[in-house]
Amino acid sequence: MVDVLVIGGGNAALCAALMAREAGASVLMLEASPKEWRGGNSQHTRNLRCMHDAPQDVLVDAYPEEEFWQDLLKVTGGETNEHLARLAIRASSTCRDWMRKHGVRFQPPLSGALHVARTNAFFMGGGKALVNAYYRSAEALGVKVRYDTPVAELILDGDRFVGAITEAGEKITAKTAVLAAGGFESNREWLRAAWGRNDRGEWPADNFLIRGTRFNQGVLLKYMMEAGADIIGDPSQGHCVAIDARAPLYDGGICTRIDCVSLGVVVNREGERFYDEGEDFWPKRYAIWGRLVAQQPGQIGYSIIDRKVIGRFMPPVFPGITAESLPELAEKLGLPVGTFMQTVNAYNAACQPGTFDHTTLDDCRTDGVSPPKTHWAQRIDKPPFYAYALRPGITFTYLSLKVDETAAVRFADRPSPNLFVAGEMMAGNVLGKGYTAGVGMSIGTAFGRIAGTQAAAAAARGEQQIRRQ
Amino acid sequence: MAVIDNLMDLAGKAERELDANVAEVDRILHICNACRYCESFCAVFSAMTRRLDFNVADAHYMANLCHNCSACLYACQYAPPHEFGVNLPKTLSRVRRDTYMEYAFPRAFGELYRQNGLAVAMAVSLGVALFLIATILSQGSLFIDGLEADFYAIFPHNVLAVTFGAAFGWSAIALAVGVSRFWRQVSEPGHSVLVPDAIGAAAKSALTLKYLGGGHGDGCNNEDDAFTLWRRRFHHLTFYGFMLCFASTSVATLYHYLWGVEAPYPVFSLPVLLGTAGGMGLIIGPAGLFWLSMRRNDMQIDERQKTMDRGFIALLFFISLTGLALLAWRESTWMPFLLAIHLGFVMGLFLTLPYGKFAHGIFRSAALLKHAIEKRKPNPVQAGSE
Repeated sequence: MVDVLVIGGGNAALCAALMAREAGASVLMLEASPKEWRGGNSQHTRNLRCMHDAPQDVLVDAYPEEEFWQDLLKVTGGETNEHLARLAIRASSTCRDWMRKHGVRFQPPLSGALHVARTNAFFMGGGKALVNAYYRSAEALGVKVRYDTPVAELILDGDRFVGAITEAGEKITAKTAVLAAGGFESNREWLRAAWGRNDRGEWPADNFLIRGTRFNQGVLLKYMMEAGADIIGDPSQGHCVAIDARAPLYDGGICTRIDCVSLGVVVNREGERFYDEGEDFWPKRYAIWGRLVAQQPGQIGYSIIDRKVIGRFMPPVFPGITAESLPELAEKLGLPVGTFMQTVNAYNAACQPGTFDHTTLDDCRTDGVSPPKTHWAQRIDKPPFYAYALRPGITFTYLSLKVDETAAVRFADRPSPNLFVAGEMMAGNVLGKGYTAGVGMSIGTAFGRIAGTQAAAAAARGEQQIRRQ
Repeated sequence: MAVIDNLMDLAGKAERELDANVAEVDRILHICNACRYCESFCAVFSAMTRRLDFNVADAHYMANLCHNCSACLYACQYAPPHEFGVNLPKTLSRVRRDTYMEYAFPRAFGELYRQNGLAVAMAVSLGVALFLIATILSQGSLFIDGLEADFYAIFPHNVLAVTFGAAFGWSAIALAVGVSRFWRQVSEPGHSVLVPDAIGAAAKSALTLKYLGGGHGDGCNNEDDAFTLWRRRFHHLTFYGFMLCFASTSVATLYHYLWGVEAPYPVFSLPVLLGTAGGMGLIIGPAGLFWLSMRRNDMQIDERQKTMDRGFIALLFFISLTGLALLAWRESTWMPFLLAIHLGFVMGLFLTLPYGKFAHGIFRSAALLKHAIEKRKPNPVQAGSE
């Protein structure tokens, strides 16, 4: 029987496995996916939000604990646990040497990502390179990894973990376990139920795209809910971004982003604007636009720009729909031409003179149009015109198992002695809503490492007890 | 007429292949440009961020900038089995073959890249046969006693200088014409080459094989996602071994013409020391590269170029092996035989310099130079805020 069974195969699972192994425990990892799809959503990540008090290798200036905490407080609107949040924040300032030891490499901020140069450390090659490095290190240290091994249910004895039963029916026992098998974002029926039916009679989640893995079906999350574990969070909350409507259903990842939203206008299916596109820099706003689009009829939006801003935003993966005139563009998009033209004309008329600069919060704004556009408001008048259809793209869900600083799963507010949880399955303790770039990896790394350490210690304690008896 | 029709057909085929390969580069780089996770791996990605679309010239340029380290393949979230099927190293290596064919001079000789192992084998066979026959015709035998390592007793110095000078001169001209045409196509008009610090930076990248370091210095990929520095090390042994051999020949030429000191040179003379050291490099380097090539993951390469790669590696290996054998037994009756074999291999190399793997160094250096120049100019694409 192994000491620590890690269920999952992404960043948090790997951090747990590595820490447990380093603490001397024998470790078995069960990854649901085949090897080529290993790593869950971590294969699509690109950076880690890092607290630092002074410049550190790839990180410029400082990003102190308090500022990180305030950023988190702002995006979550207070839906967070300060104690756990600060724990993750502090851990982010010290974990990178350990990551490097296991082969993770960092790179200077990517071109076009200067807004996060101070706050986020980028993985060289992105998250899949990180995942590969961790697997290499884990295997070199003697961690056993089994792919294609989804777990269907657990065997619990009250609040004690006894074993796991795989989908193939195999029973695997271990002294302790770490659950790090992701949220339920890939489970379309569950998403449908969580988002429910809106006033228009639509099931909004039917129009969502999944930005990451298809393997996060939430099987263990559901199992633990039914087993009576303490749960936190709203199932409709998650990291939800507006992405290109033509993205694949799963694993579209970063490249399906549409970064021209703040440089033009966004209209819904009725041809009307619905939110201030220029409220702030896109990296600070992308995480609210998924929900904004989800609230529109048909869960679709259209980002409209003109020739002037081409080359001023990260190039999209698919070419835009183009037209030489705005009515022609509306027609191509299937929008009501009259309303669309009214919207754009009203917007154009409201644009105030200013000096356009897409690299600063410039003074180009509208006056007398609702909703306003507070920055980068330029008339849309220079053909050709471009349109990109937007859909909500869900990255991960926040419904979580409730934890304290030991990452132990809890039943009736009491910690399990040998069952721990990390990653998306508990990120909702810190992220009740909203998102800020790179914080998912900060939480996953911090609690993955805690869970691994705790699981190894619990296994060692169990050993001692047996010996005493 | 049939020959010309045939050549026209081949040219048409090459063009269709090139179009398809360029279209694939353009498709993949649109995905990469929207992702950019691999930016620090190598120069290909920094060249990419200066462009929004990728035409034939861009494809040739970026293909030759790529060193096939393959870090980006293993790091790619869109690599097969993802439906985007992104495999940049393989796609760029296909275009590199197009570059070699397209810019070969004369163009028709570019077709030798289609069956390059065969081309190299034929060149070596002809070279070896030629020198064996010439030895027998002039000496009556391949095994002669008492020559005391006097190579010029078999082939007078001037004969060798003229034969090899002509072959090398022709190859140098062909490569120069090819790379000039390449440079003109991939560069904007008025694009100056005379940027001293750019030349320095490009030379440094080439001579240190910077881009076989994977961006982090851990090396490149061979069998799987693990990094190795052995490809860079074996390539260094090969390249610097080759340069030492070249230096040995150059020094010997100076001895001969300037100081009138004629071969054979003693074991502890400069030409022999340089040649021996170079020869050792040219044994170990190619052997290591061959070993790595045998183990390289097929995902990383254009399988059609295996014979070119391995043919060239083998050619260098046997040049060195025969050269060292000649040194070892130069005092014996075997000397004429060993000399003919060695000269035959060297002739095989000289004849295929512009029509084999050797050309990769020339085009890659040009691409590195172009990159060093363009990097010193402001980026025309100002993507700014994400």
